[in-house]
Amino acid sequence: MSDTLTAVLLMAAVTYIPRVLPIAVFRKEIRSPFIRSFLKYVPYSVLGALTFPDIFHSTGNSFTAALGTAVALLLAYWGKSLVTVALGAILTVFLTGLIM
Amino acid sequence: MNTFIPTKEDFLRGFRKGIPIALGYLPVSFTFGLMAVTGGLSPWMAVFISFSNLTSAGQFAGTSLILQGCGYLEITLTTFVINIRYMLMSLSLSQKIDPGASFSQRLIFSFGITDETFSMASMENGRLSYSYMMGLISGPILAWTLGTALGAFICASLPESVGNAMGIALYAMFIAIIVPPSRKSRPILAIVAISIGITLMLKYLPAFQFISPGFRVILAAVAGAGIGAALWPAEDTDH
Repeated sequence: MSDTLTAVLLMAAVTYIPRVLPIAVFRKEIRSPFIRSFLKYVPYSVLGALTFPDIFHSTGNSFTAALGTAVALLLAYWGKSLVTVALGAILTVFLTGLIM
Repeated sequence: MNTFIPTKEDFLRGFRKGIPIALGYLPVSFTFGLMAVTGGLSPWMAVFISFSNLTSAGQFAGTSLILQGCGYLEITLTTFVINIRYMLMSLSLSQKIDPGASFSQRLIFSFGITDETFSMASMENGRLSYSYMMGLISGPILAWTLGTALGAFICASLPESVGNAMGIALYAMFIAIIVPPSRKSRPILAIVAISIGITLMLKYLPAFQFISPGFRVILAAVAGAGIGAALWPAEDTDH
């Protein structure tokens, strides 16, 4: 278990460094198509790996979590906003939790 | 291009461009505030995360690892891996920044570079001044912080039954971020699938049990994006 404030400050540092270095220090273009593609793809691969399978254990009940996941996937597939997707999933878990 | 524009006017011009971004940030940061406090962080910590990180995917991922009790190295590496894409944006913007902007001015406004402020600044014609950049980023920074505060303090007063259902919020937000691009781009869909496949393998195969949850994410993400970049080098990488 890490100290939260320290972890947040570390996060802030590694968020700021990639932003500031090219503008303030060096100004060379990254030409390698491999690295450029890698940087473009990495947020999706990280979020994918973070979401599955952990989402199924996020509500303390695999059944409500699976339904919530299905609703989130559908809403996202239909291009709904981030907030709509989150609220749809929460509402599904909350309502099915009442019935169960 | 070389016409002189007074500083205040330039700031206001940037600020106006930042307003739609700020409005878009409010509901997202609101949801982040709700999620972070549901997970067990104090409302002020949630607000501090948004103010100091000012990013979506990176701070969501970092926060979820903090909530899982992961170590510093895992939290820092995961956040860094997500955020190195900012180097591309900063590199691209650095070509447009007014050469007269001082080193300390560059240190300040580069803090506010996000996917959205980058896109807006990239569309401007001519040089980007320090004042314009400060105007552009101030609305979004304010909205990202304020939205988190609203969500965090409202959540602190919600009943527990609602709180349990909120556990899925963060993951639902991840889904909302990855699904639309996966629909449009076959490579992104494949990369997400590969990363999830590797995560499942590392999590459930007995041989890989020694790998901690945080490193599992890093390994899966780097392998997924690496395989993707090798197989499908993207043509347009500037969004």
